[in-house]
Amino acid sequence: MKNNKALYVGCGLLLIIFCMAIFAPWLSPHDPYFQDLTYRTVPPVWYEQGTWLHPLGTDQLGRDYLSRLFYGARISLLIGASVAVISGLIGCTMGMLAGYFGGRIDMIVSFFVTTRLSMPVILVALATVALVGSSMWVVIMVLGLLKWDRFAVVMRSATQQVRAMEYVAAAQSAGASTLRILLTEVLPNVLPHLIVIATLEAASAILLEAALSFLGLGVQPPLPSWGLMISEAKSYMFFSFWLIAIPGTALAVLIFAINLAGDGLHQWLTPQERG
Amino acid sequence: MTSQHLTESPVSQPPALTKRPDDSTTVPKNVLDITGLTVDIATPRGTLHVVRDVSLHVKRGETLCIVGESGCGKSMTSLAIMGLLPKSAKRSSARFEFLGEELSQASKGHINDLRGNKMAMIFQEPMTALNPAYTIGEQLTEHYRHHLKVSESDARARAVSLLEKVGIASAAQRLGQYPHQLSGGLRQRVMIAMSLMCNPELLIADEPSTALDVTIQAQILRLLADLQKELGIAMVLITHDLGVVARIADRVAVMYAGQIVEQGSAAEIFSAPQHPYTRGLISCIPIPGRTIPGGKLGTIPGVVPPLLGDMAGCAFRERCASAQASCAGSIPVHQTPHGHQWRCVLEPTKVVAA
Amino acid sequence: MLAYLVKRLGLAVLVALTVSVIAYLLLYLSGDPALAIAGEGARQADIDLIRKTYGFDRPLIVQYGDWLLKLLQGNLGVSMYFKTDVAPLIFSKLSTTLLLALYALAVALVISVPLGVLAAIYKNSWIDRLCLAVAVVGQAMPNFFFALILIMLFSISWRLLPVSGSGTWQHFVMPAITLGYYAAPAFMRLIRAGMIEVLSADYIRTARAKGLPTHTVIFKHALRNAIVPVVALAAVQLGFLLGGSIVIETIFALDGLGYLAYQSITFKDYPVTQIIVLLLSVIYILLTLASDVANAWLDPRIRVA
Repeated sequence: MKNNKALYVGCGLLLIIFCMAIFAPWLSPHDPYFQDLTYRTVPPVWYEQGTWLHPLGTDQLGRDYLSRLFYGARISLLIGASVAVISGLIGCTMGMLAGYFGGRIDMIVSFFVTTRLSMPVILVALATVALVGSSMWVVIMVLGLLKWDRFAVVMRSATQQVRAMEYVAAAQSAGASTLRILLTEVLPNVLPHLIVIATLEAASAILLEAALSFLGLGVQPPLPSWGLMISEAKSYMFFSFWLIAIPGTALAVLIFAINLAGDGLHQWLTPQERG
Repeated sequence: MTSQHLTESPVSQPPALTKRPDDSTTVPKNVLDITGLTVDIATPRGTLHVVRDVSLHVKRGETLCIVGESGCGKSMTSLAIMGLLPKSAKRSSARFEFLGEELSQASKGHINDLRGNKMAMIFQEPMTALNPAYTIGEQLTEHYRHHLKVSESDARARAVSLLEKVGIASAAQRLGQYPHQLSGGLRQRVMIAMSLMCNPELLIADEPSTALDVTIQAQILRLLADLQKELGIAMVLITHDLGVVARIADRVAVMYAGQIVEQGSAAEIFSAPQHPYTRGLISCIPIPGRTIPGGKLGTIPGVVPPLLGDMAGCAFRERCASAQASCAGSIPVHQTPHGHQWRCVLEPTKVVAA
Repeated sequence: MLAYLVKRLGLAVLVALTVSVIAYLLLYLSGDPALAIAGEGARQADIDLIRKTYGFDRPLIVQYGDWLLKLLQGNLGVSMYFKTDVAPLIFSKLSTTLLLALYALAVALVISVPLGVLAAIYKNSWIDRLCLAVAVVGQAMPNFFFALILIMLFSISWRLLPVSGSGTWQHFVMPAITLGYYAAPAFMRLIRAGMIEVLSADYIRTARAKGLPTHTVIFKHALRNAIVPVVALAAVQLGFLLGGSIVIETIFALDGLGYLAYQSITFKDYPVTQIIVLLLSVIYILLTLASDVANAWLDPRIRVA
């Protein structure tokens, strides 16, 4: 465990971003929505025209970028976590049922998974958001309802493995109800692997939301979604590169941290792949 | 030497498989002659001395059996000979002569040319030794075509004749089949044929029959013995089974904890074993014709010591019934004029195996 | 092999039908499909006209059945925005998207195969870590961000490639790189894992014992076996690339199916959106079917059973 740099670095970065999000109101020098038209497209402090008043500059409407960065972290983290939880609940339930009962139920669940996998996620998400109305919560619901497949697959095989073990048979013969067995025997054993999947799905959800917002069908302005910030700054990018570089890098660092932590977790849980 | 076997025969006739003449004037007596072979493997816990100062030799037409329990280094020795050690292993030898040529400093490319060509090896597990994606014919001929640059049709003809030689019926059809279509015994026969494709001078067989059915085991061993007699190859057979040794060995090398503790002709080893470990081994297993029915079989108490760190003295002393204080120091190597060697502090005795 | 094919085909048809139902029902997500198509500020008369034209006043089953029947006969309807038949509209764009996806797949493989093989051979060395680092970093950057950076570099700063449009092969370079690099890490990990497993197999030891040259051992013997799961992944990834091309095509204004889908959504031409969803799904289903078949064929144990 000591050698698991991935886990430490990843979790460390995540912690920093997490703190950025939670303490955003105290860390931000300005209100992220306040448009100061006298300070439009000011470059970050390391440029010639930069100022410490706005350390990361301002966007085309004069809003402080550092503040928007912090508040944007909230949006990304919220979306990542919510989608992971929702899709996790759906997927795990389906997977557990399929793995535990087998037979017809397994066939049905597998069919659903195959069907879901055949659908182009981003297109369906785009269409759905467009039809229902775009807002952060719609995005979360849509992504949560679409991204449960990996949970289901992993949960199913893990449940099958656990079910074949003797202590489940022992519990059954002792008269424990199915639900009880699932919760007390299957779930604890599968939990670590689920956390790894959850990190992957959270990362994927964050990227998807960024893409949706970038296309104008995700989080709506004036919310400081990093993807939306990139979209709004598109036309200015040549002269004010930081306008897309800052949120873009932030997204990359966040995803990198999540993937790293997930990799570290995975390494920790499957030691046979090491060395 | 090899051109005799690739005789310019008409296309329809496969190259003949004939025994090598015993030409003692131009050919060295020993096909393989190794002195002081050592293999060390670096591990996080320290250096593992898996092969320690091993010296052995095999003559043309002779079968040397290396026998010992799991972990004694017999497989590592064979891999060292073939140059197939893992990357983390370091090999060194005072002398490594193959067909009269000194190979200890030879380049990888040169060893590659010899491997599969002049020295061949077959392994223990036939079920996984063949690539499932290619046909038997492809795998039989690829190295033959690579080493000896023969044509596809010549190679296939030779493959067919070798398959027949190892006792596989409808050999021509087998060429187009895939490994999963053959049983374990058949696959091992294919491996034997594969090893003989380039007319090797030395064949190393690492537990060739262990993974097979008991009924097939005897067939494979008999096949190897027959082929060797017919083609005059030098053979090194590795096994943990003294019964196998009794059946086909000309000479025996007993290994323990990376060292050869006793080496000599099969007759001598079985009639007058000198090293306590050898004696223990022989008393452990029933040998047809020797063990008294209804009598007790011996055991050797204890376990093999770890191969780490500085290994002074005799590695067997913890388990030896006749151990003494001097066993912790340097161990003398005894040698008789007939080539019977062993490492022990004890005086030689004329023991008839109990 | 035949029985396997028939079973897979049956499953594929069933999945396609289910997706068609979902695709059709998408329109009802907003509550009133006629309102959705007409738009927020439309007059009641327009809304009613749309309802009549598309038959939204009929029972759901009838609507769906009619739609499906027309589909199977090749009648894909009419696009409200583009004012042409949907079928020729879609199929003219399909080739562009397919081309983009194939280029992207090629980019992904060109990056991932050498990296994956290298990482496996030099497992746990700095080379391995470097390859893995490339993989992890590659997956972290949002593809549209990467696209913008590429545009800044290659179109604006260095003026090497066109920003948008789809006339020549140059128009495909940046889109293909953007799409492909994102798929590369998945392939790289798969190849690395597959090669590591295969390289420790007994038959590799046999190949080395035969004195075959190293490149033969690695490529002919090892990669051939390690590549099997990659073929399956390639087909699946191709499907994802097709679906994920929406963002890339929109950024580069590449005139393909993805861009058409985006336009149809933005201009409320939802019937076109439905068709595209169904089409992309069917293509994905066919691709996975093809990959399963290819897999089975590549493994002699199934082919010659």
